Formats: sequence, structure tokens, C-alpha cells
Amino acid sequence: MSETENNLVKVTVDGQAVEVAPGTTIMQACEEAGAEIPRFCYHERLSVAGNCRMCLVEVENAPKPVASCAMPVAPDMVVSTTSETVKTAREGVMEFLLINHPLDCPICDQGGECDLQDQALGFGGDASRFDDNKRAVENKNMGPLVKTIMTRCIHCTRCVRFAQEVAGVPEIGAIGRGEDTEITTYLEASLDSEMSGNVIDLCPVGALTSRPYAFTARPWELRKTETIDVMDALGSNIRVDMRGREAMRIMPRNHDDVNEEWLSDKSRFVWDGLNTQRLDRPFIRQNGKLTPASWDAAFDLVESKLKGKGAATAAIAGDLVCAEGQFALKGLMDALASPHVDCRQDGAKISGPRGNYIFNASIAGIEEADALLLIGSNPRLEAPVLNARIRKRYLMGDFPIVAIGEAVDLTYKAEFIGAGADTLADLLAGKQSFADTLKNAKNPMIIVGQGALTREDGAAVLAAAIELAAKTGASFNMLHTAAARVAGLDLGLVPGEGGHDVAGIQDAAQSGTIENVIFYGADEIAGASLGDAFVVYIGSHGDRGAHRADVILPAAAYTEKQATYVNTEGRAQMTEQAATPPGEAREDWKIFRALSARLDVTLPYDNLAALRAAMYEAVPHLAQLDDVIAADAPVAPPHDGLGAEAFTYAVNDFYFTNPIARASAIMADCAKAKNEPKNRGDSSEGTGTDG
Amino acid sequence: MSVRRLNEEQPAEFAFTPENIDWAEGQIAKYPEGRQASAIIPLLWQAQKQAGGWLPEPAIRHVADMLDMPYIRALEVATFYTMFNLSPVGEHFVQLCGTTPCWLRGADDLKDVCRKLIGEQGEITEDGKLSWLEVECLGACVNAPMVQINDDFYEDLTANSFEQILSDLRAGKEVATGPQNSRRASEPEGGLTVLKGDK
Repeated sequence: MSETENNLVKVTVDGQAVEVAPGTTIMQACEEAGAEIPRFCYHERLSVAGNCRMCLVEVENAPKPVASCAMPVAPDMVVSTTSETVKTAREGVMEFLLINHPLDCPICDQGGECDLQDQALGFGGDASRFDDNKRAVENKNMGPLVKTIMTRCIHCTRCVRFAQEVAGVPEIGAIGRGEDTEITTYLEASLDSEMSGNVIDLCPVGALTSRPYAFTARPWELRKTETIDVMDALGSNIRVDMRGREAMRIMPRNHDDVNEEWLSDKSRFVWDGLNTQRLDRPFIRQNGKLTPASWDAAFDLVESKLKGKGAATAAIAGDLVCAEGQFALKGLMDALASPHVDCRQDGAKISGPRGNYIFNASIAGIEEADALLLIGSNPRLEAPVLNARIRKRYLMGDFPIVAIGEAVDLTYKAEFIGAGADTLADLLAGKQSFADTLKNAKNPMIIVGQGALTREDGAAVLAAAIELAAKTGASFNMLHTAAARVAGLDLGLVPGEGGHDVAGIQDAAQSGTIENVIFYGADEIAGASLGDAFVVYIGSHGDRGAHRADVILPAAAYTEKQATYVNTEGRAQMTEQAATPPGEAREDWKIFRALSARLDVTLPYDNLAALRAAMYEAVPHLAQLDDVIAADAPVAPPHDGLGAEAFTYAVNDFYFTNPIARASAIMADCAKAKNEPKNRGDSSEGTGTDG
Repeated sequence: MSVRRLNEEQPAEFAFTPENIDWAEGQIAKYPEGRQASAIIPLLWQAQKQAGGWLPEPAIRHVADMLDMPYIRALEVATFYTMFNLSPVGEHFVQLCGTTPCWLRGADDLKDVCRKLIGEQGEITEDGKLSWLEVECLGACVNAPMVQINDDFYEDLTANSFEQILSDLRAGKEVATGPQNSRRASEPEGGLTVLKGDK
């Protein structure tokens, strides 16, 4: 660092002197100096293409305007971004871009948030001098998420570069040449990526727009709420756009340490799931059928079953629930003197100190790693944006990646050295050459997926991975698939002394020793496995859990409450309320608070602030929002020895991992498109603007 | 030039002949490890030759697979260069130069001949023998007007001589390549005017 500081290059931009590191582009230097440079093809997270020419600036002694995005600074360069030449150059470029760009802004979904529109206003001329017909381009199929209106394309190639570089699915390209250049996928196949929606954000014009959002709203009529995503355990920063009570779309927000500015398709397009299959009032099962009821009637029934049966009551927390709700649930169960609490509804054998269950190296830390071992994890489906980070590191070079599990396409080159736990045992015994690679690396990483922990010998796999990490000096990282999990483990939602875990609860329910089960957003458990137990479902969606329930208490979804979630690296983040819960649904913690009063074990808080104060006292780091608190070193838990079975991955049906996604018609379309054979040679929708 | 598309009808599959595979491996070996995609143009060209003068879609995939590159990257190359024909062509594929020097020297007459004997651009005669395409300058302006038929140039054409060539090719007769007006290469028409010897 000090070396580059000493070698700073002095550049003058519009009369203002700035000092920048050598290798900086003129555009970056201009931004440093506060001068705004218009651009279309340049994107800071993609390679430089330099083909739109919008960023032309004048450099003293240069014979003609230079493209500032591609030109590195030189010492004592004098740059002008406001001269007459620059103004003319921009007007010229804009005029050329608009020769073939349709003037259909009134029927274009990009209208109001369009780079071309904004920049034409800011930097363009006032009228066109061209009378010839504009070119028309046939629309291309890119799958169920990306709608194309290719006549609007200005060939910036951002989508091409994104697919190639970030998503790792080189399927978009520019065919033909000159005026006949067209952006397409090979024979118009759907994009085979879990991150394809990002090309919609990247497209500076309305050529690639959101198909599910098409013609539904204008950006200026949407109420925007900045919040956190819960579709995977990454805690991607998002913005939910609402119109009235209805979620219209979800967009990513930039967070350099978490999701950069990308978002997985599930997180982005799950919004219609928020509007359907909602539990908007309490239900009671009568004669085998769920019938609407009042809160009082529902509470009466729960009270009659649970009162005095605390020890025979168990609780399971699901994948999308918040820290506040889990804290209240834990408080309730403690008050009922029941040790049967578990937040690991998938049955993952996770135990030990905090270092045992978080992504210790941090997500941004992937970029500093120099060797990677994946154990039973397919990050491409479990956390697509984190997978893109691994790919980013892979593209920097010198990054051996080895995986144990079924061979899959991870979008980067990984060597699959074995399928099961026996390979892990070999590694630990030093019988695999990759053990030396890990040992010799400066910053090696081990990522353990949930698929490796939910099996019979899960504890042994966890222990082996921790031991291997200790032996090789690698960081131990757990990749969760549930947004709720780390908070649940932080808050201690695991069986207490003599308590049953998820499997134990199911057995005990069948044998009758457990009479009541509280499902807090738990939807991944087969209903039949609970025998005749009385099931209370507290959650937002009518899914598997509600199906089994005897009483349903409607709660808020993640966009309807201000709540804390802790991502896989242990970063606590808070969602904001974008809407109120539908109908009679209430915030989760309020339900537990009300229930506790009915059961004569009233929880000691009456408002969210008091609950948080109690929660922060119990688990102080939850108060440190957006901070990653380093955990103690992992400790290998006790176990009964490794099996030899092959690992299976935690996520196979990417589009259906949780109740909200299962309620989403868009996710269903995606899954359908994915399972269909690639539709080669499909005819297009026609040209122009079918508005 | 207009938008170039893959042909509607495509063969089910394409594979290089063993000889062409040998040849292709020789081409690939010219480039350093990891840069084998550089051989894309010669390989597509060879595929086009093998497929009878045009590039079927399975051939693009076949070449991409050989070079370990994404299909779309190979398609980009195949659609960029007009030397790759994306639709079938006649056995004798006429590329007619219509750029200024040839045009001044009578390329329009040659086009009329094509229209008369073959049909519109891109059409193939019923016997499959001939098809034609107007192209930009082929670099033989000094012998204008000219056409290229498969790998050979036919220069100093007139409507009559061109018609004769097309008829002969169609009939399977031997045709002389190069200038059609008894001129040698691009020497002056009436014989040499300079460099006649020592004198």
C-alpha cells in the first residue's frame, strides 16, 4: 500500500488536481475529481469493452477525444470533461446511438430508470437529423425471466460480459456484425444460470427487461424499501418495490462484502410468492378440515391443549424465520420448561461453539483464499451469489478447487476427487495429494455444505472437516442454506438437557410422549412423521407445515416486519417493513407473546424494543448490525465415526426450497423451463415493440 | 450485406472425416496450450468445405467442441465472416464482385446473366449446380469485371464469356480459369508495352 501511495500519479481534471494510483483509468480519476462521465458499456464489475464511446473526454496533446474507460492515466495528464470538443463528441455518439433506437419510451418498461433516456436528456442534442427507417430486430428467447425487445439494444455487450465473466455461463453472444449485430443466446436457448436476472439491471436500455414485471408498474409509482433477502443464507441486500400492499419487484442493493450488486434469480423473482398462498387469518381444524377462526378461538384451542403440558410440547423453527421470533419462541419454551426445541429442521448435526457453524473466512474473504475444498456443498444452487464470488477468485488465477460430492457444473473448474465421506477420511489421513496443497497454501478454505451434515454421520463429517482445517491451517466455513439458521443457533434453539432434536421429536410424537408440536415456519418436515400430535403452525404461507396443522396462527413474511437475520458468515442485518402483514396476520414475536400470556407464562416484554433489549443481553453480537464478529476457533464435536456413503447436496430443486418460493408462479415457470429440453430454433415473438 | 441467419433446414449431425480430423489437429497444434480457440477460422473453413460449401449448425457445434469453446462463441465467428455460408450453395458457387471498378467495367451485365441462368441471389438451380452471391471487392480490380467460382477467379469477363463459363460448368466441362480475353495474368491487353528486354 505504502508503495503505491508514494507512486501516485498527478492528474488534472477540469482544472482540479487529483492524485490517483498508477493504472487507474481516466474515468476513475475523473470520478475521483467529482466529474461525472456518461457511459453505457463500462461497468465497474465487468471487463472493459470500450465500445459505446459515450465516455469520451479530451486529453491535452491527444490528437482526438479518448475513451476514458479504457485509457489509463499518465503522469501530469490534463483532462477536460466539459470542453466544447467533449460536448460535441457526446452529442455525436448519442446521435449515432439514437439512429436505430426506437422512440418508444412511453411503452418501454425501462422508462423512468433508463440510462439512455437520462443521458440523452443530459448529454444529447435536441433533434434527430435522420429520416431513414430504423432497423428492426427480432426478439430473442432468453427464458422465462428475461424479456427481450432487441430493437432497443445498443450493443453495449454488458450482458455478454456478465454471462461470461460473473455468471460463468458463456451463453450470450453478439452474432452478425455492423448494423446487423444481434445479441442472442445460442439458438435462443434459455439462460442456464441462477443469476440471469442481473442482466436486466445491467442492460442500460430497455432491451432486456423483467418478463414477470412487464407492463405492471412504473418506477415512480413504487414505494421502495431497503431490506434483506432470506431466500438463501447469504443475506443479500435488496430493495422491495411495493405498490399499495402488493410487492411488484425485488432489486439488489450494493453491499461489497455480501452480494456486491448481484442477486440470485430466486431472491429477485420470488415476489409473487409474497402475494399468494398467504395465511391471512387463524385457522382451526374441524372434522379434518381447516376452517377460519378468530384469534381468540384459535388461542382457546391452543391453550386447552398446551396448558399444563409444557414438557410434552416441542417446537421446531423453520428456514425463513427471524431472530426476534426465534428468541420469543425460545423464551416461551423455556417458560414452559420444555427442552424440546430445535431450529435445525433439516436435521443437520451441528453443535459446538459459534466457530463451528459460521462462514468464518467471511464472504469477501473468498477473494483472499488461495485453495478451496468443498465438502458436500453445491454453492451454485445453495448460494448462487457466493458461488459467483468463488468464480471471481477463480478467474484471478492460481486457485486450486477440489470438491467432495457428486460431480456438478459449478461454473468454474473444480476437481471432484470423491463422492463420499471416505474421501474426506483419506484427506484427513494425508492420503490425498490435495491435503498437501491445502497445507502449503497461505490462505486455504474449507466449505462444508448442509448436505454433508444432515446425514447419519453428520457430526463425524463436521468433526473431520474441523480437524482437517486445524491440521492444514485452513479456515473452516459452513455454508448454510437457511436464512434463519445462524440466528437460531446463536440464540440456542437446540435441544436442552434431555431434549429431543428434530428426529427425536418426530419419534416421540409418534410414540405419543410428545403431544404438541409448534411449527414455527417449519415446512420441510413430512406431516405423517408426527403421528397424532397436536400441531400449531405459526407462519406466513399455506404450505406443508400448514397442511399438517391443527391450528394455524398467521404470521408476517420477511418483507412485513422489521427483524434481524444473521447470514452464513454471522453478519446480523435488519430487514425493514415494506408492507403490513395481510389480514389478521401479526408479527411473529407478538404471537408468541400473546400465546405466553394465555399459557400463564407471560414473556417479559411488551414491545419490540424491550424484546430486542432482552435478546441483545442474551446474544450481544446481534446488536452489532452489519458487523462480522470473529468467532472462537471451531472445536471438533464428539461423533460415532465416519460412514462411507456419497454426499448428497442440500439443494436440488433450486426454485422450490422454501414456502414462499413454492407459492411463486414465477419460480414454477423457471423450474419448468429448466427441466424442458433446450428449445433450439424456437421462433421469435416478432420485431419492434409489441406494447 | 443483410442479416445472416442459420439455414432453416439442418442436417442431423456433422463430424469431420478422419483426414480432416488429422488436418484439424495440425492446425490446433500451431497454437499454444489453452489458446486452441485461435484455430476456429481454419476449422470452420474446413468444415464448410467438407459440408459442400456451406456451414451447417451441427458443424459449428462440432468445431466448438473440438476447440473446447462455448457454442455461442463459435456462432459469433461463423456469423461475423461472410466467407462462411450459412445456407447451402450450388456445386459451383459464384461470388460476383459488384464493387466500383467491376461495376464500372460491366458487373451489372454479369448480374443479369446470373439472374437469367440461375435466379436471384442465394437461389440454387434445380440441378444443384449453380448459385450466386454479390460480394465486395475481391482484389482483382485490374482484371475487372470478375467473379470467383469456388476457389478460382474468372476475370475480364463479358456477358457472353461469363454465360459460356456457367453453361460449361453446368455441363461438367473443363473451364479455363483467370482472364477470359486471352490476356496473360494482369499484363496489358495488347501485349507488353515496357520491359520488353535489353533493347
